[in-house]
Amino acid sequence: MTRKGRRLALIAVAGTVLAASAGLVLSALNDTIVFFSAPTELVQTPPSPDRRLRLGGLVETGSVSRNGSNVRFEVSDGAHKIPVTFAGLLPDLFREGQGVVAEGRLGADGVFTADIVLAKHDETYMPKEVADALKQQGTWKGDTK
Amino acid sequence: MEGRYEVIAEAGHYALVLALALALIQSTVPLWGARRGDAVLMGVADGTAFGQFIFVALAFAALTFAYVTSDFSLLNVVENSHSAKPMIYKVSGVWGNHEGSMLLWVLILVLFGGAVALFGSNLPARLRANVLAVQGWVSTAFLLYLLAASNPFTRVDPAPLEGRDLNPLLQDIGLAIHPPMLYLGYVGFSIAFAFAIAALIEGRIDAAWARWVRPWTLAAWLFLTLGIAMGSYWAYYELGWGGFWFWDPVENASLMPWIAGTALLHSAVVMEKRAALKVWTVLLAILAFSLSLLGTFLVRSGVLTSVHSFAVDPTRGLFILIILAVFVGGSLALFGLRSGTLRQGGLFAPVSREGALVLNNLLLTTATATVFVGTLYPLALEAVTGGKISVGAPYFNATFGPLALALLIAVPFGPLLSWKRGNLFWAAQRLWIAAGFALIAWAVTLYIEGFTSILAPFCVALSAFVIIGAFAEIVERARLLRVPPGEGLKRLTGLPRSTWGAAFAHCGLGIMLLGVTAATSWNVERIDMMRPGESFEVAGMDLVLLETGMRDGPNYQDFVARFAVREGGVEKAVTESSKRVFAVREMTTTEAGLVTFGVSQLYVSLGEISNEEGVAVRAEWKPLVLLIWIGPLLMSLGGALSLADRRLRVGAPRPARPRLQPAE
Repeated sequence: MTRKGRRLALIAVAGTVLAASAGLVLSALNDTIVFFSAPTELVQTPPSPDRRLRLGGLVETGSVSRNGSNVRFEVSDGAHKIPVTFAGLLPDLFREGQGVVAEGRLGADGVFTADIVLAKHDETYMPKEVADALKQQGTWKGDTK
Repeated sequence: MEGRYEVIAEAGHYALVLALALALIQSTVPLWGARRGDAVLMGVADGTAFGQFIFVALAFAALTFAYVTSDFSLLNVVENSHSAKPMIYKVSGVWGNHEGSMLLWVLILVLFGGAVALFGSNLPARLRANVLAVQGWVSTAFLLYLLAASNPFTRVDPAPLEGRDLNPLLQDIGLAIHPPMLYLGYVGFSIAFAFAIAALIEGRIDAAWARWVRPWTLAAWLFLTLGIAMGSYWAYYELGWGGFWFWDPVENASLMPWIAGTALLHSAVVMEKRAALKVWTVLLAILAFSLSLLGTFLVRSGVLTSVHSFAVDPTRGLFILIILAVFVGGSLALFGLRSGTLRQGGLFAPVSREGALVLNNLLLTTATATVFVGTLYPLALEAVTGGKISVGAPYFNATFGPLALALLIAVPFGPLLSWKRGNLFWAAQRLWIAAGFALIAWAVTLYIEGFTSILAPFCVALSAFVIIGAFAEIVERARLLRVPPGEGLKRLTGLPRSTWGAAFAHCGLGIMLLGVTAATSWNVERIDMMRPGESFEVAGMDLVLLETGMRDGPNYQDFVARFAVREGGVEKAVTESSKRVFAVREMTTTEAGLVTFGVSQLYVSLGEISNEEGVAVRAEWKPLVLLIWIGPLLMSLGGALSLADRRLRVGAPRPARPRLQPAE
């Protein structure tokens, strides 16, 4: 193979790999990114039931109950509440009245089925998304820092 | 009493200032000397490198002393320590916070600088002066950052009587090992970076350069591998979720330099052996360290919320962002200006060892890019449009996954191709044993799985191919299948250690893939409420809750649940799982109970506790899960073997050993 041919082969392989991975990245970004929503947004404009999303807000006091492997609780931003079911163990920092982020899908019945529930690692911080959402709803209760 | 402590803390602070002064000298004088060819000026670098190490070590010792003696006149100690904390966490707590961890970062940086000065006596004087000067720039930047924005020696007056304790999640033996290992890796790439910049300044680069860069990169890579694996195992048993990798931005921040460093290791081989890929290797060295800096920025600036971000302080973020911009921008600009001066050498056919390593580099850098996009896209989007999104495992599985699998298929072929011009058909013939095992593994897994999935059996087959194929080069070079066993054994022991190193590292990759596949595909989970005496079945075993109770620890209270694991009525093991409540921070952690069967584990963790219904228990059967960490251990062992190779310890250029040629 000539010097030019070798260089062309290299460029062809590199181009193929780069194009393929650019395609992968774009399609993955289209399909897999998850938007963050507060309860009010979900109530006002309900998303399609097969859209994955993140729901953030405060855990409604007195709403947590366990039934075998399932936990139910309500997430509120002061204006609206969304019931959530989750088949798993709640994280250590999950508390009633505290910030939480649940990831999953909102069913047609208005119940949010979560497969991931996140509470902050350090309880002196509220998840930033939740704090921003609460500020928007005007239910922000001072600085948690 | 008080007065003596103050002197030590102040001395630590002062030592940091002196180290900064030395760093400033080291950044400028040797560079000037190298330009003028003045040996005396160039020689200054050695003294300043040693001096910096001594002063930063003194500062670090002073901070450690403050922690050990619970000197609450230091703000840092107040915020992160408590007199009742066990001694090991007092010591490891020194870097369990923002300021202390940055001090550890700088300590490791100057340790590497001192090591170059110590072991670099056979380097060309000019190269050594330039390398140490570049090291000086990095340490100047970070010492400034420490003193101006993250001073661990900030005092409080009056000193409180008690501290606020360390984040309970960090009160674990993992903290003693994970950050130092990780930093040895991150910061270790600064040496490769310094060599790359020095080469660009001088406008010349040769095989001796690569022979120098490779061991440093290898050492950094080895520590980074261990550090990431350790962090992964720590998260697995401490966070109580039973996961080993979450594609959390902070994890990605350590993965990116690791992948780029892996690429650098491989391209440095080509440069050393064949004097090709010079420009590319220099670029990779810059990229690996830039990604380390980016990782430091992501973790330390507070732009991400995570267990790793200790404090949210915008001035710090800005400071590191400026350091990042100056170093990355400056080095890339220098690269753009000067890379044309580096002479290209060594031609090779597309199918050759060089070609295989180019493919390796191509796939690794593309994989780095996909992780980079997934990690930074949410930050960029929020900054631009204010929209909040998260990019999680599905994205990375869809992008990083295929690239990693493609690379793994190619891994066993690479070492079997000869330099300059290889024979793919010949290489494939050497892999028939591995391919045979892969086919059997595929068939067996398909059968056991009941033909329900395609990906898991494929991954198992691929692991078998990689694990066995990793040793094909060794079998071939020792002519194991063609000479009498005695002679084969003699040939085996005569092989260079770097060949063994590569085999172990590649084998470790396959083992890790097998563990990841098994633990994610055949994970069995069961969650239920339990009261003492009750039991449930998980993966063919009975988990019995024997008793629950409270227990006091040094600075926490445990709610302990004791479990028995029975199989067919026979007791196999007893384990404990607990909820640990730390009074000072009013925080709870989950201590999972782990029962190991071979390389598989049963993972038992506790959830909510209620008086009426008992305690929520999650039991997970994780087949072959330990392979996920045994793989990286093998990779590091491979790295260590390579590092022990004679060739790498000799700094002077010498001809490469004759490589095997294709049999006719």
